[in-house]
Amino acid sequence: MAKAGATSTLEASTVDGLGVAELLDLHRRMVRIRVFETEAGTLMEAGLLPGFLHLYVGQEAVAAGAMATLTDDDQITSTHRGHGHAVAKGAQFRPMFAELFGRLDGYCRGRGGSMHINDLSIGMLGANGIVGAGLPIAVGAAFASWYRGDGGIAMTFFGDGASNIGTFHEAANMAAVLKLPVVFVCENNGYAEFTPQSRHMLLTDVADRAASYGMPSEVCDGMDAVAVKLAVGRAVGRARAGDGPSMVEAKTYRYYDHQGVKGLRIPYRTQEEIDAWKKRDAIELLEARAVTDGVLTKAAFEKIWDETRADAEDAIAFAKSSPEPDPADLLLNVYTPEA
Amino acid sequence: MTTTMQKGSAPVTTGRQLTYVKAYNEALQQLMREDGDVFVVGEDVAGYGGVFHMYDGLLAEFGPRRMIDTPISEAAIVGLGVGAASRGLRPVVDIMFMDFLAVCLDQVVNQAAKMKFMFGGAVRVPLVITVASGAGLGAGAQHSQSLEAWLAHTPGLKVAMPASAYDAKGLMVTAVRDDNPVIMMLNKKLLGAKGDVPEEIYAIPFGQARTVREGSDVTVVALGRMAVEAAAAAEQLAGEGISVEVLDPRTVQPLDTEAIVASARKTNRVVVVHEAVTFGGLGAEIAAQISEVAFDHLDAPVMRIGAPFTPVPFSPSLESAYVPDRVAIAAGCRRILERG
Repeated sequence: MAKAGATSTLEASTVDGLGVAELLDLHRRMVRIRVFETEAGTLMEAGLLPGFLHLYVGQEAVAAGAMATLTDDDQITSTHRGHGHAVAKGAQFRPMFAELFGRLDGYCRGRGGSMHINDLSIGMLGANGIVGAGLPIAVGAAFASWYRGDGGIAMTFFGDGASNIGTFHEAANMAAVLKLPVVFVCENNGYAEFTPQSRHMLLTDVADRAASYGMPSEVCDGMDAVAVKLAVGRAVGRARAGDGPSMVEAKTYRYYDHQGVKGLRIPYRTQEEIDAWKKRDAIELLEARAVTDGVLTKAAFEKIWDETRADAEDAIAFAKSSPEPDPADLLLNVYTPEA
Repeated sequence: MTTTMQKGSAPVTTGRQLTYVKAYNEALQQLMREDGDVFVVGEDVAGYGGVFHMYDGLLAEFGPRRMIDTPISEAAIVGLGVGAASRGLRPVVDIMFMDFLAVCLDQVVNQAAKMKFMFGGAVRVPLVITVASGAGLGAGAQHSQSLEAWLAHTPGLKVAMPASAYDAKGLMVTAVRDDNPVIMMLNKKLLGAKGDVPEEIYAIPFGQARTVREGSDVTVVALGRMAVEAAAAAEQLAGEGISVEVLDPRTVQPLDTEAIVASARKTNRVVVVHEAVTFGGLGAEIAAQISEVAFDHLDAPVMRIGAPFTPVPFSPSLESAYVPDRVAIAAGCRRILERG
């Protein structure tokens, strides 16, 4: 267990029961998201990316902690703010950046864009441009695993805002009634686009809604990847054991605007609030704890940052040189042709 | 053994009579025997057998794993189908009345229809959504619509409108085997209509119109149950010396434009008839397509017969005036023949 005030000698081996390999895994997932999103934001501000960009910076602990409980055979559905989920699930930078540029080597061959990045080979069933739409699709993915008895589960990500839409309630009830292996992960970042939670629902905890569907739930610190992994891990355990769906609410925060980077063009939140959350930055928190507890050195983390930055640099160059899709191929993939 | 219908051929006469709904049911039973990935999900499909008996007997044969009753949650039902289909299963989702598609249209239009395209081709969505459509039962404005134009307008969807027991079975077989989302529109007034249905499983290809009746004076392109009404009108007009060709497209997405245009070139006069309101309906699309490629063959503008631009009324006296029928079709044919 973590020891408060431990010396810098590497005498401890865990943080909250997580060993070195697990901590580095969480760290790498978070750093990959942070670097990807920071670079994407820079490219957008430079006017190089078409369309909308909903960036995940600030919320990294949720995707990293949750995805660390899954295998490639488990399925996820994501949201309009989906890059973090894709990266944490194992998506590659090259086709992700290429898709943001709308290029042929993108995950969607330039047909989808930021909000439709998917990778079925790793169980990433797509970001989604419609708030709440991924929840019932995850129920269907879980159904497929239940139907086949393949041991897989499905996890769906949604925000506090999405917990007000009908599909949230329909999907939660459906999963509970059919006792399907679904984990509902609410990323409560306090805002439905620009509307604060206090003005879009009267509850403090979205997780309280799970009780309406006879579903266990818990709330965790969404800035603490270890806490997220442990909480989501308990829900995943119930799903794998055939005990049906669970809900985990992670309290988190996005540093950037709902769309794009700059956060204060519309004064819907204060700089003080943003700064307060940044003091509990998920990546800094994990690094500090592991170093303070004597589990890992700063150098181990720096290596991950360096490797990730190099990966991003390579991927952006790749994306920029990827060919544009050919308008002559516009009709491709509207339908699956007959076998 | 599987029989595939050839383009435009008439149903084979077997002497084996089934109702339209039983033919649909038999297709599903045979498909579920042939493919363990096929399952049915929806409200009251299992224990009750479907509100129109579409699923009678299937729970007994296939059990609760493959026949799944759900809460009244249309968006989640279709979403379950989308998720399961994207994972390789072949869901048959029942949405009861076509009007209820409005409750779950996001999952149909923004999810099922677009997923393959948006994903750059990386997924297949072999999903069938069965709905009961059509007016004439006094079911009122929220249980009577024919909304094929909404769906046919959406790239990624296919839309089948069987007008006979034979087609109900053969089109359902194709729908379930298809790797794309298909809306299967069963017509409520045809559910009890009997017709020849071979016992063996057979598939009717999408996008191939059926020539219900050959003729030379005027072509009637009739969607869904209107094909039955058009055939009756043609029979009556034959007694008046008017030779009517009746085409039933069977699917409106894809649409057999080739067959329709060929018939237009042959008869030089076309009437399009559907239950849906005329404005913005498939009749407009068909008329435009004919005009674009066969304008010089037309002796009269293409005529549309559809419902007036109102919700479906309840009172039987109003509803019978609202829905096109054989009398209206016959009158339309006489009128179009008065020109030139």
